[in-house]
Amino acid sequence: MSTDANSLDDLKSAATDAAEVPKESATTYVPFYKRVLAQKQGKIGLIITVVVVALALCGPLLLPWATGNTATEFVTKPFSPYGLFGSDNLGRDVFSRFLAGGVTLIVYGVLATALGMVVGAIIGMLAAYVGGTFDAVIMRLNDVILAIPQLVFALLAITVLGPQGWVLVTVIGLTHAPRIARVARSATLGVITEDYIKAAEMYAMPRWKVLIRELLPNITGPLSVEAGLRLTYSIGYIASLSFLGLGLQPPAADWGLMINENRIALSIQPWGVLLPVIAIALLTIGTNLLADSFARATASTSVEA
Amino acid sequence: MFGKVIGKRLLFSAFILIAVSLLVFGATLLLPGDAARAILGQQATPERIAALNEQLGLDQPAWQRYFTWLGGLFVGDFGTSSATGGSVGALLGDRIGASFILMGLAAIISVPLGIGLGVFQALHRGKRRDQAMTGVSLVLAAMPEFVIGIGLIAIFATSVFQILPAVTLAPPGEPVWNRPEQLILPTLTLVLVVTPYIVRMMRATMIEVLDSGFVEMARLKGVPEKRVIMRHAVPHALGPVAQVVAIQLAWLAGGVVVVEFLFRYPGLGQALIDAVTYRDVQVVQAISMLVAAVYVVVNLAADVVGILTNPKLRSAA
Repeated sequence: MSTDANSLDDLKSAATDAAEVPKESATTYVPFYKRVLAQKQGKIGLIITVVVVALALCGPLLLPWATGNTATEFVTKPFSPYGLFGSDNLGRDVFSRFLAGGVTLIVYGVLATALGMVVGAIIGMLAAYVGGTFDAVIMRLNDVILAIPQLVFALLAITVLGPQGWVLVTVIGLTHAPRIARVARSATLGVITEDYIKAAEMYAMPRWKVLIRELLPNITGPLSVEAGLRLTYSIGYIASLSFLGLGLQPPAADWGLMINENRIALSIQPWGVLLPVIAIALLTIGTNLLADSFARATASTSVEA
Repeated sequence: MFGKVIGKRLLFSAFILIAVSLLVFGATLLLPGDAARAILGQQATPERIAALNEQLGLDQPAWQRYFTWLGGLFVGDFGTSSATGGSVGALLGDRIGASFILMGLAAIISVPLGIGLGVFQALHRGKRRDQAMTGVSLVLAAMPEFVIGIGLIAIFATSVFQILPAVTLAPPGEPVWNRPEQLILPTLTLVLVVTPYIVRMMRATMIEVLDSGFVEMARLKGVPEKRVIMRHAVPHALGPVAQVVAIQLAWLAGGVVVVEFLFRYPGLGQALIDAVTYRDVQVVQAISMLVAAVYVVVNLAADVVGILTNPKLRSAA
């Protein structure tokens, strides 16, 4: 027993002398969410995001008036006796439409981000793990897609397939994928030389298992940062497209569309524009702050850095 | 040897543009139904549809149409708009200048501003003003461009002050610089969107450079601090930042679309949105290709700047 312990100690000290053990191993492990919440921007970002998302998801249940309900005698008034924020140019209650208009934006944004993350992570990890010609071809194809701005790509798709929800989600998700793939690829290249990967390969573990069980859990840091960032952009693009009149079609209640419909009357009925603008601004600021705090939380324990 | 690297990049750029053209053309093959029936309506006789198909060249196989279209791009023939029946080239010609003015103004203001602010933040890192500016750039970087634009309109044009026009007053065709005040808000919007990214990158690179050995060496030699920053540190930090600047300038080509729509600015972006609304495929194709070309050229320029500012690459090349 004692000889075993001694030899173990010897091994340890030899390893430390050779500086093979990273210094971080001495510190205690702090869970990811605690590292995020320890930062100011993590806390603020989480609170803002939760508040806006809760408002958007619960809003449709709390409507004072139906969103299509028109009261023509109160057209484009900033304050009306029937609603807190008045009515729009068709006499519809602005506050009701505001409460009902956030769900699609958030659902589309999350779906597009999820699609991009799954496709991008798979492509990036495969490119790094398989390497060789496959890697080169995939990365060149990525460069081609990166040459067209995402918004222009979305416009091209909408021209051909029409302004439908699945088109927006698919095209935004798929144009995220090459950008995410780059991150996933470089993160995978960082861990692929580790001993545990070699060990798994020596067990003759199937490739897909190595990818999912060994590689994926070790690149969640950079991927989570990317997810936060892409969610911010997804929300921005989808809101922009519906502001351009190419998302949900009237008479749907939607924040982007509301801004488009009400901006002519900005000087006499500002609420129809300002409420959704403020909501979109807060939502994107919240998710961006979260993404930033993810990045800092990841950097503080990443061993290879 | 230096020329060889540039030649390689040029070849790669050409490859990207060809691949993008395949993608842009291939997308139109997904169009449901036939274009001739869409134009002529349901009551059209089969003879008229066949005649129009021949006129549009739709009776030819797809690969043949692709090469006709691609050949047309090289000689400046962008085809005929299916919505207006006019020449796409003429439509773009009227508007391309206005868009380039807007993008150029935004670039001329935001690049030096971003670099200057980034250097300023790096020199005051960790202090209050650095943290405040980091917060501001995080907030600005998060918001979509139309949200920033509407905020500016509410502040400067309608709700708070009424000092600037909320929309562009010049009709298409009239030079936009005839009324300079209408350029202020669109330009300011683009500047506010683009600058934060440049600031963040410049700050990070500059901090790295300021911590490096050669800057310490220059200080130890007794070189004046101003000279250390201007002659030693800043030029060194510009190389990596050129990449970010390129990404941002290329982004401008897409971001200008929403801003033009918001301010009813008579440029390419506005034309693109109109074309998408009317499903005017030829115009959408032409503008997508133009935007991709801008991206490729800007990136090529950034690569050249990167090589020129990095002595290692310059000699290793």
